Amino acid sequence: MENLVAYSLVAVYSAMGVYTVAFILFTLDLAKRSVAATDAASAAPAEAAAVASSSSATVTAASGSSATVTAASGAGSASGVATTIERPVTAAASALSTDGPVGATRFQKAAVALAALGWLLHLAAVLTRGVAAERVPWANMFEFGLTATAVGMGTFLGALLWKDVRYLGAYISGFTLLALGIVTVNFYVDVVPLPPALQSGWLVIHVLVAVLATGFFAIGAGLSIMQLLRSRAAASKAEGLRFVQTLPGASALESLAYRVNVVGFVFWTFTLIAGAIWAERAWGRYWGWDTKEVWTFIIWTLFAGYIHARATRGWRGDRSAWLAIIGFGAVIFNYTVVNLFFKGLHAYSGL
Amino acid sequence: MEPLRPSDHIDADALAAERAAERDDQEASGDARGASAAIAQPALGAVGWLRFAWRQLTSMRTALVLLLLLAVAAIPGSLVPQRSADPNGVVQYREDNPELFDILDTLQVFDTYTSVWFSAIYLLLFVSLIGCIIPRTLHHARALRSAPPKTPARLGRLVGYRTMDAPATVEQALDAAHAELRRRRYRVARYGDSLSAERGYLRETGNLVFHMALVGVLATIGFAGGFAYNGQKVLVQDQTFVNQLTSYDSFNPGRFFDDARLDAYGIRLDEFSAEYGLDQTTGIVQPLDFTAAVTVTENGEQRERVIKVNEPIDLAGTRLYLLGNGFAPVVTVRDAAGEVVFSEPVAFLPQDANLTSLGIIKVPDGLDEQLGMIGFFYPSALPLESGALTSIYPEPDQPVLTLNAFTGDLGLDDGVPRNAYALDTDDLEQITGGDTGTDSLVLGLGQSADLPNGIGSVEFTALPRFVSVDIHHDPTQAGVLVSSLLILGGLVVSLWVPRRRMWVTATATDDGVRLQYAGLARGDDPGLEQAVADLADAHSQRLAPTLES
Repeated sequence: MENLVAYSLVAVYSAMGVYTVAFILFTLDLAKRSVAATDAASAAPAEAAAVASSSSATVTAASGSSATVTAASGAGSASGVATTIERPVTAAASALSTDGPVGATRFQKAAVALAALGWLLHLAAVLTRGVAAERVPWANMFEFGLTATAVGMGTFLGALLWKDVRYLGAYISGFTLLALGIVTVNFYVDVVPLPPALQSGWLVIHVLVAVLATGFFAIGAGLSIMQLLRSRAAASKAEGLRFVQTLPGASALESLAYRVNVVGFVFWTFTLIAGAIWAERAWGRYWGWDTKEVWTFIIWTLFAGYIHARATRGWRGDRSAWLAIIGFGAVIFNYTVVNLFFKGLHAYSGL
Repeated sequence: MEPLRPSDHIDADALAAERAAERDDQEASGDARGASAAIAQPALGAVGWLRFAWRQLTSMRTALVLLLLLAVAAIPGSLVPQRSADPNGVVQYREDNPELFDILDTLQVFDTYTSVWFSAIYLLLFVSLIGCIIPRTLHHARALRSAPPKTPARLGRLVGYRTMDAPATVEQALDAAHAELRRRRYRVARYGDSLSAERGYLRETGNLVFHMALVGVLATIGFAGGFAYNGQKVLVQDQTFVNQLTSYDSFNPGRFFDDARLDAYGIRLDEFSAEYGLDQTTGIVQPLDFTAAVTVTENGEQRERVIKVNEPIDLAGTRLYLLGNGFAPVVTVRDAAGEVVFSEPVAFLPQDANLTSLGIIKVPDGLDEQLGMIGFFYPSALPLESGALTSIYPEPDQPVLTLNAFTGDLGLDDGVPRNAYALDTDDLEQITGGDTGTDSLVLGLGQSADLPNGIGSVEFTALPRFVSVDIHHDPTQAGVLVSSLLILGGLVVSLWVPRRRMWVTATATDDGVRLQYAGLARGDDPGLEQAVADLADAHSQRLAPTLES
């Protein structure tokens, strides 16, 4: 028992070490990309044309189709115009990213491999903690942070199988490293038995889904940040961060962010409902505007706003991206400030 | 038919463009239906302005701004204590910041979630929502019964456009496409030598269910909430609570409550047991289990039940929760002649994890002057170096009671309700503890001590436990639960069922038929291009046997 807790901590520190190296490599990759960015950008349209013309003779892809849709959906707004202008680059970047990422450097492979290794250690830390505690490893702030960052990193690595989002590596590994450091140094508590209020099956479901939602919102926020960088770079003539030019286009990033965030939103909705059902049993009412409930509601409303913004003329693009980032900021606020400084019934930080 | 959307919905542009294209087609083909599609602009009279205001309220932008306003308006309620969730916190806040309190209270910040401004925002939001979903529902009901729209003239502008040549007749090709589209659960209509198909009506259904269920939550709380009530009762061991209004320590009725609704039952606390774990290295005590064994009397029958945290019991339409516990020392006060003037258990409120507890004892009658006592109770008392006591464990291993006594007018006789858990010492004279020169009374269980000035004596007679029970009747639960599940289901369907249109046209050529395919997304649909490609592939597979024959 005692040993397992210690092993878990060793695994946490090892994971942090490996993540540090992964973070450095991911950052180096972005930095080196910027050097190659100008070449890649000039080469991209030509390659895209080549991809289009290489389609079979009987089936011809319409190169104009995507541009039509963008123009129709975004007309009238400034961001829409920008989107339309950069659309050809988008098509080029996404076409290329299926074959190989734009401007990716030799650092990237090593970075991903290390992130995966770090994640395995991280996962081992979570599992040993759970075994040592003989319960789910998310019953206090330290454990929630430990597990949520593991889920966030896992979601990122899983997403790599689906889409090449390695440009998020620096953000995710940096964030995970920072969060792990803070929870381990500042929020650490030893394994203690569950207080009566937490002795419920809902602890497994309610918190697990909250952890999942947090992981998805983290990735969504990363994509939205990239989207903002991308659209700024497209809008201004000044030389910004040059790796930005190697990213997919702003509208591609936006739609990717949306697809990730809506998963988070569904999980969050479930968390809220499951929490209400549990609150009814534990505290005698399903909703009582407890500080944690208030912030869960605020986050839900922000992301509901985000989804509506994506469907509202004049709000698509940068504004909706800001909403997603503010929403994730509120999630972090809910986990840190509300837990530590606000008086309420969710007093399970263990600190 | 299109899902109906507010005019500033992102799809509205695409729709307008498509309608324009349709009109072009209709004019070209001489279709008379085009005339009715012209939009008449109303002159802005009184009705026009109302209509304008309504349009504004039901627009996407307004709904969005109201949503964000609601999020912002919810914040103050988390910054200051709320009367509903933390009434003692509000009292404390008033003492700490008397001036700020008055300003904030005028702004209803201590009742944020029932305040005028918060209510105004969510009511406007819901009016906007209802104004949006009613026309959309009617429209969707019609759409569910109508055929997919005419095939646009220029498919080349649409998503996933591709062409394919096949050695078949137009009829063969369209029949095969029809079968393939049906297999993919499209609704299919034929217009000339083209097929128009649409699927994913469930997306709009889910969207409407989601929004209606939100209204359902609000309506349930608004209507059924008035019949709800809840009350709190401190129940000392071996005492019986009878479910009637006067028995409650505090009671919050809904608007439509009348006390005939309280069903008669009695509940007696037989035993309360607590279990704690002690971390040997840190010395921190962790509660592990709280169990209240009770006897319920209902309709003349007695039953034994157990209430635990997370395990409430249901009784006659109410639900009973175990929300707190503590010690209720029995204090016996005797006058100078040794006659008992007071002897009853007094619930002491826990102040820390080791159940150091604070209690107020008021003895209004039987002595020359009224007697008030502020007591501290330590279940496992340990003297600190300073001489003060502290409790090191929440179980009564070494129970000690200390009392500071006051004499004077307790203020119980002037008809003003007094808090049983507070003693106003302003008009009282302290006779033990503090600066009196007389030590506080310190009593172990069973011990007694004389009060100064020959007033009488005090005895720590017994140490029963108490539990604090919440009794709730909430008729909104079922409705809110059903609505919540519909919200979740509707959300999942409306986000992930793709609504898409697909068109196939066939034109006879010298050696067969030229086929054109294209799609159109209604809402977010990243898989559309692939879906058009899959349809074309499957279609060519179906036409393959035709090729060989």
